[in-house]
Amino acid sequence: MALLEIRNITRRFGKLEAVKDVTLDIEAGEFFTLLGPSGCGKTTILRMIAGFDAPDVGELYLDGRPLAGIPPEKRPVHTVFQSYALFPHLTVAGNIAFPLEMAGRSRDEIRRRTAETLALVHLKDKDGAFPHELSGGQKQRVALGRGLVNKPRLLLLDEPLGALDAKLRERMQGELIALQREVGVTFVFVTHAQQEALALSHRIAVMNEGRIEQLDVPEVLYSAPKNRFVADFVGTINLIAADVVEATRHGLRLNAPGLGEIAAPAGAAVAAGNRGALAIRPEHLRISTHTERAGLKNHFAGAVVEYLYLGDVTVYKVRLDNGLLLEALATNAGPGRARFHEIGDRVNVEWRHDAGVFLRN
Amino acid sequence: MPASSSGTDKGARLTRWLVTLPPAAFLVVFFLIPALIMAAASFREPGEFGGLAPLAERGFSLDAYRFVFDDVIYAWILAKSFTVAGLTTLLCLVLAYPLAVLIARSPKRRRDLLVLLVILPFASNFLIRIYAWMIILGPLELLYSPVAVIIGMVYVHLPFMILPLYTNLEKHDPALLEAAQDLGAGGWARFWRVTWPLSLPGVLSGSALVFIPVLGMFAVPELLGGTGDLLIGNLIKEQFLDNRDWPLGAALSLLLTLAVLAVAGVSSALARNRGQM
Repeated sequence: MALLEIRNITRRFGKLEAVKDVTLDIEAGEFFTLLGPSGCGKTTILRMIAGFDAPDVGELYLDGRPLAGIPPEKRPVHTVFQSYALFPHLTVAGNIAFPLEMAGRSRDEIRRRTAETLALVHLKDKDGAFPHELSGGQKQRVALGRGLVNKPRLLLLDEPLGALDAKLRERMQGELIALQREVGVTFVFVTHAQQEALALSHRIAVMNEGRIEQLDVPEVLYSAPKNRFVADFVGTINLIAADVVEATRHGLRLNAPGLGEIAAPAGAAVAAGNRGALAIRPEHLRISTHTERAGLKNHFAGAVVEYLYLGDVTVYKVRLDNGLLLEALATNAGPGRARFHEIGDRVNVEWRHDAGVFLRN
Repeated sequence: MPASSSGTDKGARLTRWLVTLPPAAFLVVFFLIPALIMAAASFREPGEFGGLAPLAERGFSLDAYRFVFDDVIYAWILAKSFTVAGLTTLLCLVLAYPLAVLIARSPKRRRDLLVLLVILPFASNFLIRIYAWMIILGPLELLYSPVAVIIGMVYVHLPFMILPLYTNLEKHDPALLEAAQDLGAGGWARFWRVTWPLSLPGVLSGSALVFIPVLGMFAVPELLGGTGDLLIGNLIKEQFLDNRDWPLGAALSLLLTLAVLAVAGVSSALARNRGQM
């Protein structure tokens, strides 16, 4: 039995269906992420788990028991809010002790577990500080400690890294993973940042317009998106409109209008005559000049229209001769100086016959 | 650039002076100087027909203070006035708090309307409103009693409690209550552990705005209170208008001012202790 079972929940706000018939299981000990653009229903689901909202249809079960009718303060579920919502009149230690006091723990236990949690979130020397004296990262840690101190069955995290700057966000991602591994509490994380989701999660549910588009481990989500939305939302992807000419066990033959034939890997339930698009990640595309062609099966000529040098990699935008714009990623790790293509350079874009995934319309 | 920044510094300083000078001048002329005149008057002798005896003939004296400290009645009246002020403040707080919470948690449009309603009584004359209370309290056989005084005091000062409380409560982040609930706090715990401590600055300033004026108020006890309900405000007024003993009135005023300053000092020290919020 899953720790949290969500069964066919629907939530309407007036005419808007914020959550549409969502069913999913969250396992104990898991780092689970709800990923999607704003307004996709992920926060509504989080609020229903916390108890601040209730589904119009469907039911949630925690440890097999229905959650309906149980107010937030009685649920063994705590939340790390996006704004942290630290109590400004309480010290760091006071904030962290709050859930223990509410649960009526003994004074000894409160002191001991507050101290343990302060150590866990690296705030031992800040126990007497007030929230306004803390940096963003420290506030974040107080919020995490406060959420974890009373050992909830579930910790909900509502875009907790959104307010941090990029460098700090990266560090907090590492800390979050370590923290979750250490305490073993199940995390349900809500974010619109796909990279964050890929970096942190055991499993990700990609949501759009109130529905789950795909639920998978990060690797599968990234390498085998089920539809255009997921392909486009998770990472960067090139979509090349094409029809299936031939489908065998070994692969597909596609025809891209104005481009010609493309070889692509076989896909489930793809048959000759299907229309759709080949979705292929920038890192699968290789850029070469005529003199150094890699001899890959799919190759098309075009010109560099833009590039973005990012240090470790360079992102090129290449316009193929039929007008299609593709994005290709080149690592700058080769021996000697990285090879550059200037804007306007004639290049070839190549990729392997088993790269990418065909998505039906 | 140092040169230009010192130039803007100079400009900022000038602006600061220009802005603070008029109110400062006003306070010196209309508050500080009269206060000093009154302090000086308390050390003089009363004139035969009111006013002050000529300084050249009678000089300075401590008679007024000796009079006050010799008779325990004055200390008793001061204590009674503090009790009335304290009780009024407490009643105002109890009545105003739920209302302020209600206003602060109403939708924005309704909030403005409710605040307007709170201030609306100021549109009619204070004395007329007190006379109205005489008409209401008379048939209830409460007129000319300590209860009537308290009712009048609470009525007059309630808005001064509601407004600072509302201003404070309105700033509270609703996410804090949600966080408290999420972390296991029921309704009472949310109030006593979050709303109440965060509202203390509002409670303190509202209390000061009620307590201090009530201490000096003489119209309400005069109109609604009985003959036995003499408060320090009435006493002072009597010295100036009826007994024509200006030095005694001035001495009582000065003592009241010191008492009020002590209260204000304590309350601002309390507020400073909460200043970390």
